Amino acid sequence: MIDKFRADPAAALAVIPSGASLAVGGFGSSGRPDTLLDTVCDLDRRDLHVIVNNVGGDFTGIGRLLAEGRIRRLTASFPVLPEFYDEYFAGRVELELIPQGTLAERLRAGGAGIPAFFTPSGAGTMLADGTFPLGYRADGEVAARMPARERREFGGREHILEYGILADFALVKAHKGDRRGNLRFRLSARNFNPLAAMSGRHTFAEVEHLVGIGDLEPDDIHLPGVFVDEVLLKSPESPKQPATAEFSA
Amino acid sequence: MTQVPLQAATGRGTRDGIARRLAADLRDGFVVNLGVGIPLLVPQYISPDVEVTFHAENGVLGLGPPPGPGQEDPDLTDAGKQPITLISGAAIVDSAMSFAVIRGGHLDVTVLGALQVSARGDLANWYVPGRNPAVGGAMDLVAGAREVWVTMEHADRAGRPKIVADCTFPLTGREVVTRVYTDLAVFHIVEGQLRLTECAPGVTPAAIRARTAAPYTEDLGAEG
Repeated sequence: MIDKFRADPAAALAVIPSGASLAVGGFGSSGRPDTLLDTVCDLDRRDLHVIVNNVGGDFTGIGRLLAEGRIRRLTASFPVLPEFYDEYFAGRVELELIPQGTLAERLRAGGAGIPAFFTPSGAGTMLADGTFPLGYRADGEVAARMPARERREFGGREHILEYGILADFALVKAHKGDRRGNLRFRLSARNFNPLAAMSGRHTFAEVEHLVGIGDLEPDDIHLPGVFVDEVLLKSPESPKQPATAEFSA
Repeated sequence: MTQVPLQAATGRGTRDGIARRLAADLRDGFVVNLGVGIPLLVPQYISPDVEVTFHAENGVLGLGPPPGPGQEDPDLTDAGKQPITLISGAAIVDSAMSFAVIRGGHLDVTVLGALQVSARGDLANWYVPGRNPAVGGAMDLVAGAREVWVTMEHADRAGRPKIVADCTFPLTGREVVTRVYTDLAVFHIVEGQLRLTECAPGVTPAAIRARTAAPYTEDLGAEG
C-alpha cells in the first residue's frame, strides 16, 4: 500500500541535513509551506541553499530561516526583505539573482530531466555577463560573482544557457492532497509549488486538507503523486516568528 | 493652436494622464501585463467596449477589480502580492506556464515603468547600483512580450531626462521598448529608431526636445 502521509513533521523532515539545498514553493506568503519551514527551523538546520522566488515581507516562512541565520545561499528573483540585503552586503548570505521565469523553468527543467536550456530572458544584462555580485566579503569587497552565461544566437537573437535545478529536497504547499501524494492547489497559491516539487530529489508536501483516495478526480489533480514523497498536514499554528533575530548588524 | 504653459501638463494628475493616454491605445482582445506604479492606473481608463485580458506573472489570466473590504482571499493575489478578484472566464496556471505565456510571445503588451529608456529601446528599470537588487519577471517580460510600452515621467525628480542616448543604469533588456508614454509626449521605437509621434496637449515639440537627451525624429501626425 502506498501511504505517503506522515503525522509528525519533525520526524519526517529529520532526514534533511544542514547544508542541504531546498526548493521552496510560494509567492510571498501565498502558497508558502510555513509548517515545513518552521519544522526546518525547529530542527535547527543551517547552512542551507534555499531556492525560492522571494523571501517575503516579514520574519515568517523564509524570513524566519533568514532571521535565524540558517541560509547560506538564496537563489531567487525578488528577495525584497530589507534585512536580507543587510545580510547579503555584509557577506553572510549569497544571492544568485535569477529572472522569475528563468527560475520557474530551471526548477521545471531539473525535474523534467532537461539539464539546461537557452532563453532570451536576461541576455545582454549583468545577470548574464558575469558581473553580478554573488556574495561580498565582510569588508564589503565582492567575494564572488555569478558566472557569465554561455551565449548563442537563435533567429538572429541572443539567448543564454541556463541550467535545470535539482534540489536535494523540495518543500511545497497544496490545498488538498491524498496519501498517494496527488496534489491540488488553490487559485494563485499554486505559483511555484508544482515546479519546486518537480525539482526536489525528495519532496515534502504540506496540505490544508488530507482527502481520501479517489476524492480528487483524475482531471483535477494538478501534480501527480509521483513527484511527491511525503505528505503532511498544515499546522494551525504556522507560521511562527522567531523570538530573536540573529542579525549582528 | 493655443500653447498653454508646460506647467499644465505636469504636477498633480500627471500619472493618471499618462495612464489614460496609454489606455486609449489598448485594443479589443489584447492580453496585457501591467507592472507596478503608473501601469496599475491603466485599467480604470479602458473603454467599456474594449475587452482586455490582464495577466499577472504569478499565474493569473483575467484579473478583475480589487476586492471590496473583507472580500480578500490570501490565495488570490497579483504579482505585487496585493489581493485581487478574477473576471468570469479567468484562468490560473503555475509559474512555468505563466512565463510560457510571457516568453512564448502570447502577451500583446507589457506596460512597465522605467528608470531610463535609450534611443534604441534599451530599458533600465530593475536596479539602481548601491540599492537592493531584485529583478522579478521584468527581464522575461521585456524578452517575451510582443510590445513593451513604458510609462514614466519625462524627467526624473532632479529634472534629468529619462530618455537618453545610452542607459547608464544596468539594463533590463536590449532594444526591447516599442513605445514610451510620458507626461509630455508619446514616442514609438521602430527598427531601432526613436520617433516622436505625439505631444501632450499644450506641449511644444521644442519643449520636448529640451527635455530629451536622445536623438529622435519627429513623426507628428502619423497614425499611432
